[in-house]
Amino acid sequence: MTFDELQEIADIEHEKQSCFKHQINVCIAAGCVSCQSDIVRDVLQKEVERRGLENFVKVKGVGCLGLCTAGPLLMVDGKTMYQGVTAQDASDIIDALEGSPVGRLDCSSQMPFFKRQQKIVLENCGKIDPENIEDYIAAGGYRAMHTALTTMMPSEVIEQVTKSGLRGRGGGGFPTGLKWATVTKSVNHTKYVICNADEGDPGAFMDRSVLESDPHRVIEGMVIAAYATGANHGFIYVRAEYPLAIKRLKRAISQAERMGLIGNNIFDSTCSFDIKIRLGAGAFVCGEETALMSSIEGRRGTPRPRPPFPAESGLWNYPTLINNVETFANIAPIISKGNAWFAGIGTEKSKGTKVFALAGRVKNTGLIEVPMGTMLRDIVFDIGGGIPDGGKFKAVQTGGPSGGCIPEQFLDMPVDYESLAKIGSIMGSGGMIVMDHTSCMVDVAKFFMEFCMSESCGKCIPCRVGTAQMHDILCKITEGNASKDDVLMLEDLSDLVKNSSLCGLGQSSPNPTLSTLRYFKDEYIAHIEDRNCPAGVCKIKTFSNKEVR
Amino acid sequence: MEIKVERASGTKGESAKPAEDRRWQMVDRVMRLHGYQSHAIIETLHAVQESFGYIDTYALNYVAKKLKVPLSRVYGVATFYHFFSLKPAGEHTCVVCKGTACYIKGAEDILNGISEHYGIAPGETTADGKVSVVLARCIGACGLAPAVVYDDEVVGKNTPQTVLDKIGRWTNS
Repeated sequence: MTFDELQEIADIEHEKQSCFKHQINVCIAAGCVSCQSDIVRDVLQKEVERRGLENFVKVKGVGCLGLCTAGPLLMVDGKTMYQGVTAQDASDIIDALEGSPVGRLDCSSQMPFFKRQQKIVLENCGKIDPENIEDYIAAGGYRAMHTALTTMMPSEVIEQVTKSGLRGRGGGGFPTGLKWATVTKSVNHTKYVICNADEGDPGAFMDRSVLESDPHRVIEGMVIAAYATGANHGFIYVRAEYPLAIKRLKRAISQAERMGLIGNNIFDSTCSFDIKIRLGAGAFVCGEETALMSSIEGRRGTPRPRPPFPAESGLWNYPTLINNVETFANIAPIISKGNAWFAGIGTEKSKGTKVFALAGRVKNTGLIEVPMGTMLRDIVFDIGGGIPDGGKFKAVQTGGPSGGCIPEQFLDMPVDYESLAKIGSIMGSGGMIVMDHTSCMVDVAKFFMEFCMSESCGKCIPCRVGTAQMHDILCKITEGNASKDDVLMLEDLSDLVKNSSLCGLGQSSPNPTLSTLRYFKDEYIAHIEDRNCPAGVCKIKTFSNKEVR
Repeated sequence: MEIKVERASGTKGESAKPAEDRRWQMVDRVMRLHGYQSHAIIETLHAVQESFGYIDTYALNYVAKKLKVPLSRVYGVATFYHFFSLKPAGEHTCVVCKGTACYIKGAEDILNGISEHYGIAPGETTADGKVSVVLARCIGACGLAPAVVYDDEVVGKNTPQTVLDKIGRWTNS
């Protein structure tokens, strides 16, 4: 493959697409597929053929359009958006191509949900066909990889990434450039690049959407990383729970292999790189990097102490670079548009954009991408459209079981790594769950603790035993059988588990409990003293059933 | 290659000769692709589960022998990961997502509804062996919470009633 060949593929694809007068993009990411969008696409295609319009109208399956709650979504000619489309609407949609849009299906693409976003990672989502490499190349794909591999030294690539200020999007926020530089410095013939797509946080689906909507972007980022660090082999560790993402990734890898975009001497450079997929098997702890590598090695996914860090001794004890899906998806734009452009977006210490999965008690649930530093209030009330059914906002939970619940008083806080950490939550991988007055915060804390308890791998005692004890106490509180001493014990245990667990799972497992204790203590008190659940969620037994203690 | 393994009593009678069973050929293919190396355990167990629906003692022994690893290690891996099941599942599966978004929007009510109506908890199968109810940590369909997967079909915005109706159709047929 040469640059001219790449250009030729793009030109042919552009020409093919310009023949069509109209283009109907149907979202075929998992959210819309579960509302039968694939059937809608097929029916539209049949209707186009029935009318003999197949040379004028192109029906294309594309990645996530974002507003999952209103699915199936489709976009006509890049300007008219329809929501809640069913197979019966196909004929009307095609009738409307030459006239005014179908009013009853209209979904304004001018609403704040779409207008307030800034897309870097998701720029191709909803535009290109994720199962077609030519479409990705036509959208400018694999150019950054060509630039990096043929015109830049590995050190220059790392310099670009370092100067861009990109930080790991998996949750920790470690500077990506620094990680790459450490792997580069390790002297070894064999090095690995791993893409962490084990998106285990309940309530998060960013990585899934990126893999389903734009798999080549992640592959491109991985190859650039391999070139920069001198790695030859790559793994994508993806959850088995994401069958559609796995299918599209496999297809993308074989397409890229066929075109010589992964393999030996890519673009006639010194870079040779292959990518294999490894399936997770439903263990949350495998999102932790050392546990993930154990799993790739075919063992139980238990973490090990660090140092040595994977950058020095990782997979099979070789230097290993491990980054999240979204981190890799940011690489190509940084290389093609330059570090200054990227560093110009976001806040002082958190650069670029962040993809969030907005869900829970909010009108517009779906996938969003906003610049770092966007106010929480803007995300929940402007983009998210506020709380449905006249509900009252109570909290927003970020960072999944490792994060915390943020109360109303912090809504005017910019969303970046430091601000979230300051108030006892974390950025996490990007799950954002909005809760209203119908959620009991003690119950939410119990939910997350139950999660951590059952996902604890059992290797270190503070996590294995501590989470179980904390869960017991939280159960006691929600049943109305707790005393004030139990809350003190809960705080003590939180401190212990946080400071003495081996890996991130244990260390961060008390966060939901601690943050709810901090901001919603009145709810705990109500459960203990008044034996009453203010939200009416917990089933507190009446006094007659209570054990006399 | 001759493999001497003990067969678990009463299971997979039809797979007495793995070499002739297409399902075992699938499993063998995965091991061969990985050069029979021990790191292929998880991929192989995925293949077993996909072919047979669950992983029994015979399969654990078979994988251990073929990959030349102790049975204890294969057993350890198979029990560590939630995705692997050592028990046969019902004819249909109903996966209820209990991710945060689904929990906030009433996944617990769905599970309670199932347990009240059929008397089964997640991980169990209805008495007639028709439907297994499984709990998922998060299937990533948070925008459609609460989500339920019927066999391989993801359905969003469920209520306890829609779920019971669907299960009811399976158990009556």
